[in-house]
Amino acid sequence: MTGENGRFVSRAAKELRREMLVSPAPELGLVAANGPNDPEPELVIESGVVTRMDGRAAADFDVIDRFVVAHGLDLEIARGAMQLPDETIARMLVDVDVPRADLVRLARGLTPAKLARVAGMLDPVELMFALKKLRARRAPANQAHVTNLKESPALLAADAAEAAARGFAELETTVGVARYAPLNAIALLVGSQTGRPGVMTQCAVEERRNLELAINGLVTYAETLSVYGTEPVFVDGDDTPWSKSFLGAAYASRGVKVRFTSGTGSEALMGCAQGMSMLYLEARCVAVVRAAGSQGVQNGSISCVALVLSLPGGSRAILAENVIAAWLDLEVASGNDAIASHSAIRKTAKLMGQFLPGTDFVTSGYSVMPRHDNTFGGGNYDADDLDEWLTIQRDWQVDGGIEPVAEGEVTRIRAKAARAIQAVFEVLGLPPVTDAEVEAATSGYDSNDMPDRDRATDVEAADDALARKVSGLDVALALDSRGFTDVAEAIVGMQRQRVCADYLQTSAVIDRDGLVRSAVNDPNAYLGPGTGYRLEGERWELLQALPHVVDATRLGTAPDGRVAPLAEAREAARGGDPAEVVIAVGPAFGDEIRETIAGLDHGDVVAAIVDGVRDAGGVPRIVRVRRVADVAFIAHDGAQLSGSGVALGIQSKGTAVIHRADLQPLDNLELFGMSPLYSLESYRAMGRNAAGYALGQRVGPVPTELDNFARTKLIVRTTLLHARETHAVEADAPAVDLELRAAPVS
Amino acid sequence: MASDAFDPQTDYPLGSRRPELVSTPSGMPLDEVTLDAARAGSLTADDVRATPQTLRHQAAVARAAGRGPLADNLERAAELAAVPDDELLEIYTALRPGRSSVAELDGWAARLDAHGARETAAFVREAAAAYVERGLLRDTAES
Repeated sequence: MTGENGRFVSRAAKELRREMLVSPAPELGLVAANGPNDPEPELVIESGVVTRMDGRAAADFDVIDRFVVAHGLDLEIARGAMQLPDETIARMLVDVDVPRADLVRLARGLTPAKLARVAGMLDPVELMFALKKLRARRAPANQAHVTNLKESPALLAADAAEAAARGFAELETTVGVARYAPLNAIALLVGSQTGRPGVMTQCAVEERRNLELAINGLVTYAETLSVYGTEPVFVDGDDTPWSKSFLGAAYASRGVKVRFTSGTGSEALMGCAQGMSMLYLEARCVAVVRAAGSQGVQNGSISCVALVLSLPGGSRAILAENVIAAWLDLEVASGNDAIASHSAIRKTAKLMGQFLPGTDFVTSGYSVMPRHDNTFGGGNYDADDLDEWLTIQRDWQVDGGIEPVAEGEVTRIRAKAARAIQAVFEVLGLPPVTDAEVEAATSGYDSNDMPDRDRATDVEAADDALARKVSGLDVALALDSRGFTDVAEAIVGMQRQRVCADYLQTSAVIDRDGLVRSAVNDPNAYLGPGTGYRLEGERWELLQALPHVVDATRLGTAPDGRVAPLAEAREAARGGDPAEVVIAVGPAFGDEIRETIAGLDHGDVVAAIVDGVRDAGGVPRIVRVRRVADVAFIAHDGAQLSGSGVALGIQSKGTAVIHRADLQPLDNLELFGMSPLYSLESYRAMGRNAAGYALGQRVGPVPTELDNFARTKLIVRTTLLHARETHAVEADAPAVDLELRAAPVS
Repeated sequence: MASDAFDPQTDYPLGSRRPELVSTPSGMPLDEVTLDAARAGSLTADDVRATPQTLRHQAAVARAAGRGPLADNLERAAELAAVPDDELLEIYTALRPGRSSVAELDGWAARLDAHGARETAAFVREAAAAYVERGLLRDTAES
């Protein structure tokens, strides 16, 4: 029977359950790792020639086997490496004393099946540790996606500028309509160099057009070169390892940084996994990527992530494929760009595998704009999640490659980029960008806020720009002629980078001073605690200072110039009236602190309690207890002074308790611990109850609500208010009588 | 003490360590690739690219760092720097599955040899051999 238990029904309605989980079906390639049909690792070398690999004889080698044997495997290393037991290699991956260089060297001699077998032995924490060790570049970084549904150049430029200012090292755009490519590439170039000089950009389009953009100096990297783990799927993708490798060399010859793309699940999705596990096929992919001479790969399932996550061990397999790529000495842009799950809990649990160890690019595209403007069909994390990302970095003291920037600075940089692209379009004779577009791009939420453009005119102008070979230098000169000289200088700086080609080395990014940092001159040398990249010093200061962080020392201070609601009269003595109810307030109440955690003015609160006491026939008397800050002792001290023996004690934050003189201090008649939820009416009811106890009436408890988030929301404020109360304590000071001033001055 | 000798272990990044070894294809030194030069018209867009020599230096850096396949790729890139854009794209297309006969691929290899691109020519011949084995040549039954 299903659909009857209320809790099952409730869970079934959650977002998570929109996703299907399936049991493994290895014959369809639906097995994440360690598949039953994966070949035994094997390498037979006869007279210097590989005659068998991973279950196949040389005569049966497909294009992938052939290419890996010809260009990837280092046979000299393989002779020793393939003899090592799987467990030995697995232990080396997590041995803090085995340096990255040794592991990378070893990997050159391991077959895909061996790589997959060993990585498949590690548990998630071991994989994370291995990834931390194996990352190529010293410091992690991040890549952004910059697109919008209207292909608005002002919005693209503004978003690119914000992304660059937030520390993204690479920005990727694409096109909804292919012909837009040159305009989008120009907008990205101008925006990126406005936000921070040195940020690299790409426009993901068909290879011929992409190469044209690169030749004209409008983009600096490409990651569109996809590879697959079975021959039929590779060929379906209309390539071979040779064609893809040639294309990589062609890009490099034009000064373009190249990163290949692969990922678990694509072969199963395309219907030809040949019964192999996703991880094994991905090991074949990254072996091809390395053999093809790519400096790096974008992997981590990428667009197939939801398929891999439908299987047991999916998250672990995706992390394992990142590990294999890093182990092969490749730069890794580790996915987390396509939407992994409807569930925020689930997708962030998956993210931690790459986020905590840090990869060369933690995401292959963080959507800097709201998700609906992401034309990659991605947006796993987007503009609305930015504070969460920054907070998680701060929580873990981990660098996820995104920096907090205050709103004023973001507005300034967005406005500048939008005006810069306006100037470029005008000087280059492209369809004008209006002031209204500049304004909306600066402060709007998404492309819905952007005025519509004449798209037919835009695509014609884009064709013309390509035909005219509008170049990076043309863009720089246009900016220079309109006074954007700093941006023009930055764009010429990127042209200079193309000439020296330093960013073609593994894991290269360019810092704001124009220095290329790659695995060659800034390698990851992690060897345990105290070594490698650590989020410390200035960078840690930067990443913890989110714009909305509150200065702990300034919270809850008394507002200047307001008259205190309570006046001290005399030292308090025990009262004689049996109807007397003492209202005992804490040391800082109405003095250094003026309102409760719920924001109620202390004067109003005391007035409400006084009302309540009188209402029930009691005689109120207000006393300040100065020797303690704990609410139980405040109330108990009050009770000792009360003519009836009953007192209501209240702390500055609003927590209250009704006490009686003959009870133990930590006992009580009624405790009111949910101070954030109390209204003046609640305090009036507490006053009535206190009088009721004093006069021996029947008393029903004051009704209180429950808010399970009150503690989460207010614990910091509670701590700071209580610290002030504690600070106001005078250890030996006797209690004093107080008088409520007639009306709060306001 | 500047020397023309290039040390791949220590001279990277070229842009900051050995800028004097870097120039544009027309011979303009890296230091002169500036906004001023662009304003003056002495720097042109088609001259803003790496030379074969620079790409060979990068190949040497990659090899010294233990990255053989990347070095091979950069050496092929150095060879391809002199190959015209259209030809580059034509060769790429010819290498895609089912596009070429062995003779056509051999023809491209010969063209590459003529450009002095010997490594890349060998790479194309190797592809042709693999395509024969794996049935990835253009279906020439009708011709």
